Amino acid sequence: MDRAGIESKLTDILVDELGIDRDAVTMKAKFEEDLEVDSLGVVELLMALEDNFDVKIPDDEAQALVTVGDAVDIVEQKMNG
Amino acid sequence: MNGRVALVTGASRGIGREIALELASSGHIVAVNYSRSADAAAAVVNEIEAAGGSALAVQADVGDAEAVDSMVSRITEELGPIAVLVNNAGITRDGLLLRMSAEDFDAVIETNLRSVFLCSKAVLRAMMRAKWGRIITIGSVSGVYGNAGQANYSAAKAGLMGFSRSLAKEIGSRGITVNVVAPGFIVSDMTAELGDDAMESVAKQISLGRLGRPEEVASAVGYLASDDAGYITGHTLVIDGGMAL
Repeated sequence: MDRAGIESKLTDILVDELGIDRDAVTMKAKFEEDLEVDSLGVVELLMALEDNFDVKIPDDEAQALVTVGDAVDIVEQKMNG
Repeated sequence: MNGRVALVTGASRGIGREIALELASSGHIVAVNYSRSADAAAAVVNEIEAAGGSALAVQADVGDAEAVDSMVSRITEELGPIAVLVNNAGITRDGLLLRMSAEDFDAVIETNLRSVFLCSKAVLRAMMRAKWGRIITIGSVSGVYGNAGQANYSAAKAGLMGFSRSLAKEIGSRGITVNVVAPGFIVSDMTAELGDDAMESVAKQISLGRLGRPEEVASAVGYLASDDAGYITGHTLVIDGGMAL
């Protein structure tokens, strides 16, 4: 899957699983500050990423996940690595 | 008829059976979990269906992680996402601590406490997605006050109260409530083993002067599972006829 594919699928996950407004999702949007995703929501997001992209994201790497773009980076790196 | 899917563990007999019937009567679609009593579980399903409800018998050892996951997957596929979980399955291996084997300790912890962790975890994501859920675990006065000869059982039952309070805090923001119902002496196969004389002396310690009935526990579970109980979480509701007064 290319980067654009990951971005599009991730946007769908954010809208469907976390109930985020599609228009609010940009690559620079911060989960906690801009999208009002709380710490439990970040855990939900991680689990949804693992299921939908068939990757494993360890808790220590999950700390670096601040923006939507960070999530795309992590998924891209895991899928190609 | 609310149409919510409810999973009741250990629902083929006793209090679990009454809880399954109670939830079915308030319109839940009930997954009747059992470990070995397939005939008894089928009878519960038949009784629910005869009364116009829907139910499904599902076998699983609830202390086994893989068995729990496959049970929850099957229920989700056949009935829909689980909205109400009642952790009821339990066993006793009573004995004074001096004579209690490590196997008897572990078996009780696994079936009575580890099962609560496994089943709660398995249903949580569906509840979070729905932003609504009820997790109700059957404790015991033994876990609240202690009971000689039940160090293992008391430990498990006290443990699930701590578990429930912590989980209530973790997921309260998602509209999911987590509570414990702690029965005292209730007429069941478990108490029948104690014998008439023992039961008479037990009844003397109870303010209401009698043992409880399984349906008196089930109705409380029915309430906690309802929308009406939406502001109750992290609570342990003791149903013991005033034993502790």
